Amino acid sequence: MGKYIAKRLLQMIPVLIGITFLSFAMMRLAGGDAVTYMYENAGTAVPQEIIDKTKAEYGLDKPFLVQYANWLGGMLTGDMGKSYVSHKDVFEMFVSKLPSTLLLTLSSIILTVLIAVPLGILSAIKQNRWIDYLIRFMSFIGNSMPNFFAALVLMYFLSIKMRLLPVITTDNLALSLVLPALTLTISMASKYTRQIRATVLEELNSDYVAGARARGVRGSVIIWKSVMKSSMLTIITLLALSIGSLLGGTAIVENIFMWDGVGKLAVDAITMRDYPIIQAYVAWMAIIYVAVNLITDIIYHYLDPRVRLGGDGA
Amino acid sequence: MSDIKRITVRRQKIRKNYIKTKLIFLVVLAAVLLAVAVFAKYLCPYDPYAQDLLQAQKPPGPAHILGTDRYGRDMLSRVIMGSTTSIFATLVLVAVVTVTGTIIGIICGWSGGKVDTVLMRISDLFLAFPSLVFALAVAGVLGGGVQNAIIALAAIGWPKFARLARGLTLAQKDSPYLMAARLSGSSTPRLLVKHILPNIAGPILVTAVLDIGTMMMELAGLSFLGLGVKPPMAEWGSMISDGRVMLQTAPWMVLAPGGAIFVTVMIFNLLGDTVRDYMDPKERSGR
Repeated sequence: MGKYIAKRLLQMIPVLIGITFLSFAMMRLAGGDAVTYMYENAGTAVPQEIIDKTKAEYGLDKPFLVQYANWLGGMLTGDMGKSYVSHKDVFEMFVSKLPSTLLLTLSSIILTVLIAVPLGILSAIKQNRWIDYLIRFMSFIGNSMPNFFAALVLMYFLSIKMRLLPVITTDNLALSLVLPALTLTISMASKYTRQIRATVLEELNSDYVAGARARGVRGSVIIWKSVMKSSMLTIITLLALSIGSLLGGTAIVENIFMWDGVGKLAVDAITMRDYPIIQAYVAWMAIIYVAVNLITDIIYHYLDPRVRLGGDGA
Repeated sequence: MSDIKRITVRRQKIRKNYIKTKLIFLVVLAAVLLAVAVFAKYLCPYDPYAQDLLQAQKPPGPAHILGTDRYGRDMLSRVIMGSTTSIFATLVLVAVVTVTGTIIGIICGWSGGKVDTVLMRISDLFLAFPSLVFALAVAGVLGGGVQNAIIALAAIGWPKFARLARGLTLAQKDSPYLMAARLSGSSTPRLLVKHILPNIAGPILVTAVLDIGTMMMELAGLSFLGLGVKPPMAEWGSMISDGRVMLQTAPWMVLAPGGAIFVTVMIFNLLGDTVRDYMDPKERSGR
């Protein structure tokens, strides 16, 4: 086990270098000249010397690879430069907003599990009955709805019409959390209900279930003791994969509900071409995503003896 | 025994016919959508860009079936006009991603070795990013515009198809028919285009159709954030963004374009599922 984790951690190094390099290169190559842009917004003509001086101040006059090395070195020590707009420390800004995004993400995942797992199982057990059709229909609807539209529809009915919830984030954290979390959950739960249904059906059709049935094991025991156990692995993998779309989704949803997280920070930064923040956002989101995938693999490895025997010995 | 067999065969036949009918129906629906997108200019009851402030924010009624926006522009006309941008941009995006990914995948699968390793490591790298996060940053860097939004989503979308095409190519590579073709003197390009491509096109096409809905939502999402289509150009995502501030007083400004996206995505999702069922009865969703 320890050997496996060490191996996976070593494998992560090139990926992390690649991620940071790509995030950095993207901003530098395509981004045009941030300083010139900054002064263009000032409205008056700015002499070349001042532009050059500012560039030197931000380290933008050095060769590309040197800039990257500096940036990467800074990133490791928690220094990701200063915002071009607010001149605040990027890393600090990012770290201060991260908890709210994580709270939102985590709540959506929990909500998704609470909704998708029971519905998926129910749908599979009652295959081709009306309840199955209903669940499938609902999940289909949820799947075809872009999250920003779902957010506005929820906002319209729950906040504006029924006045149950605040339209945007307020001091009441719990109440403010409901709408954004629900929005993110709709599409995710819809997707997972379908996939969990398929997984459980697959298991239900397997030989060991037929065997257990033939021996007279009760249906509920088969579902909870055997089928759930084997389906769990698929469910965990699916959830881990969903973190990616969830992290992207938070950018849009946070913006709609004025949820003060990194997604909103990033979108605000993008509109203002605040490159250090965008860089930090892209790099950190990718790192979180990769880390979650790694943890999932390790859990998977731990839970499934078949994978363990196959992978660890090698 | 033979009775049971006959019944099963008949059931399968009924099911196959059902899927076929469903497929034809959905293809017709998708064709109608495309037709609307192509002929949008002639279908609009009003000029989608003509402002009429006296008619601003009128709720849906006989004159304006879907109401008007805050500049008094007819929502129905704007939704119809928006279909051109939304649908075509999505289709271009899916086409770009599918073609690029497939070409890279075939090259990797066929040549193997260093080319394969390098290209696949690069694709791994892109797969390490959450897609919308990456697209957001790229679109933000390039600045808005439909073209840039397409580039942003294509940049992160191709690895999925490259991996698929690579795997399928690998599976075909050692098959006897390919060996026979090679022994009879077919050149490599001919082998790739005439033999490999037709044999791997099916699953790739299914994946592409299944992707249309997602891509449309992501593209609209970028426009919604102001990183795709720029106003006043009619596009569903930016129309929703436009109507968002009026949600309380004029909800139809959000509901009309949102409904359009929803219905379109649903039709393409259903089409994708049905195409998959049609191509591979084992993978059917209704199991």
